[in-house]
Amino acid sequence: MQDFGAAFGLAFDLILSGNADLAEIVLLSLQVSLTAVLFACLIGLPLGAATAIFRFPGRGALIVLMNALMGLPPVVVGLFLYLMLSNAGPLGPLALLYTPTAMIIAQSILVAPIVAALTRQVVADLHSEYDEQLRSFSVGRWAAIGTLLWDGRYSLMTVALAGFGRAIAEVGAVIIVGGNINHVTRVMTTTIALETSKGNLALALALGIILVGIAVAVNASVMSLRATAARAAYA
Amino acid sequence: MPDGSHIVDLQACAPKPARAILPLEARDLTYQVNDLRLIDRLTLRFEDSGLSAIIGPNGAGKSLLLRLLHGLIAPSGGDVLWRGETANEGIRQRQAMVFQRPVLLRRSVAANLRYALRTARGASPDAINGSGLNGSVEEWLARANLLHLADRPARLLSGGEQQRLALARALSRRPEVLFLDEPTASLDPTATLAIEELIGQAKAEGTKVILVTHDLGQAKRLADEILFLHRGRVEARAPTEQFFSDPENDNAAAFLAGRLVF
Repeated sequence: MQDFGAAFGLAFDLILSGNADLAEIVLLSLQVSLTAVLFACLIGLPLGAATAIFRFPGRGALIVLMNALMGLPPVVVGLFLYLMLSNAGPLGPLALLYTPTAMIIAQSILVAPIVAALTRQVVADLHSEYDEQLRSFSVGRWAAIGTLLWDGRYSLMTVALAGFGRAIAEVGAVIIVGGNINHVTRVMTTTIALETSKGNLALALALGIILVGIAVAVNASVMSLRATAARAAYA
Repeated sequence: MPDGSHIVDLQACAPKPARAILPLEARDLTYQVNDLRLIDRLTLRFEDSGLSAIIGPNGAGKSLLLRLLHGLIAPSGGDVLWRGETANEGIRQRQAMVFQRPVLLRRSVAANLRYALRTARGASPDAINGSGLNGSVEEWLARANLLHLADRPARLLSGGEQQRLALARALSRRPEVLFLDEPTASLDPTATLAIEELIGQAKAEGTKVILVTHDLGQAKRLADEILFLHRGRVEARAPTEQFFSDPENDNAAAFLAGRLVF
């Protein structure tokens, strides 16, 4: 327990002193996860909205698949991507293995189904309200998607937040395709795992505190934005 | 009650809609759910002017008929013909509908109108920003006496204001035919009067209005002709004065007398 207290003390020292290594790890984590969420939104938002609006053969199966993929095991994604990106794999010549790009791809694969499935639900609910009015305006289905995504933007922020939560906390896939290389692919979660195994609890705890802090801060800001939007009847 | 000083006469800045899609005809129009015919082989025709009010008891199929005519629901049988043609994109763009519960976008009052103008036929930057054929956002807001609420979230307006916005939004598209599904249901007399003034202006500008209403007083005030719908069929149709003074149909007479019609 005494060690635990000392580790906390060291952790706060590291944070308050602006430790360069710590800052590098935190910044890379944010860079990888935010980029992954951006790509996942670029794929998941239109896919989810289209699935909500269009009727086509296999739509039900696609929805089931999207929902199922929300629980995709990160290590399986990491393994699959490792096989694709390794020298012997089809994407080997791109030399992406053990780079931040590989980590972004892995996290995008994990987050995109979450964004798509939750977007489908948000847009479907809004579509049931807007449908007759938009058809009365003769708004085509593609244009309707744009309208629904825009008018559902505050709810969709929560969707993106859920995706960010998944990405920033993820360790299984990024450690496989990133390799946890110091100053190259070391992010918060992989460092926590590594430093804990080495007994360096101070750094691990410092990163844990920052990770939790980021999660709380992002949640609080999105909740506040949503509450403001709801008060103004925009959400 | 709307302040008349805010009302802008758009006849000066926008031409009357060219007659392109009327007359509207329903031929053997049928809508059936399982074995139940909600609209029963209905044949009728609307010419190119005035206001036709559809009245009848609950469940007669009034709102359903409006949706079928507007093309929001596909019929089980029969046809809806616009000048002899089935609806296409051009025909659909020349109609508008206001629902009993207005569906307002999660945007400001002005943004709701801007959206309607932007998606209207022949939309251009001029149409949205100022001097287009359809009039500007500000002109329509003024006409609906909503200019002072332009930046307010539309969904925070009162019921009457929301319906005025929905009506102004529909009219801003310069429809040749305007379908109104109980637009003043649950509104107080002041809000009802404001809506009726807008409807009256649209009618005066040459828009064909087809109104479903439960308010017999409103039908008397606004309509040129009355259609009495019962069990999915038009059982009586007559000019307003004649309909109310001498309803030739027993069910229509019972309805007007306030008796239950089954």
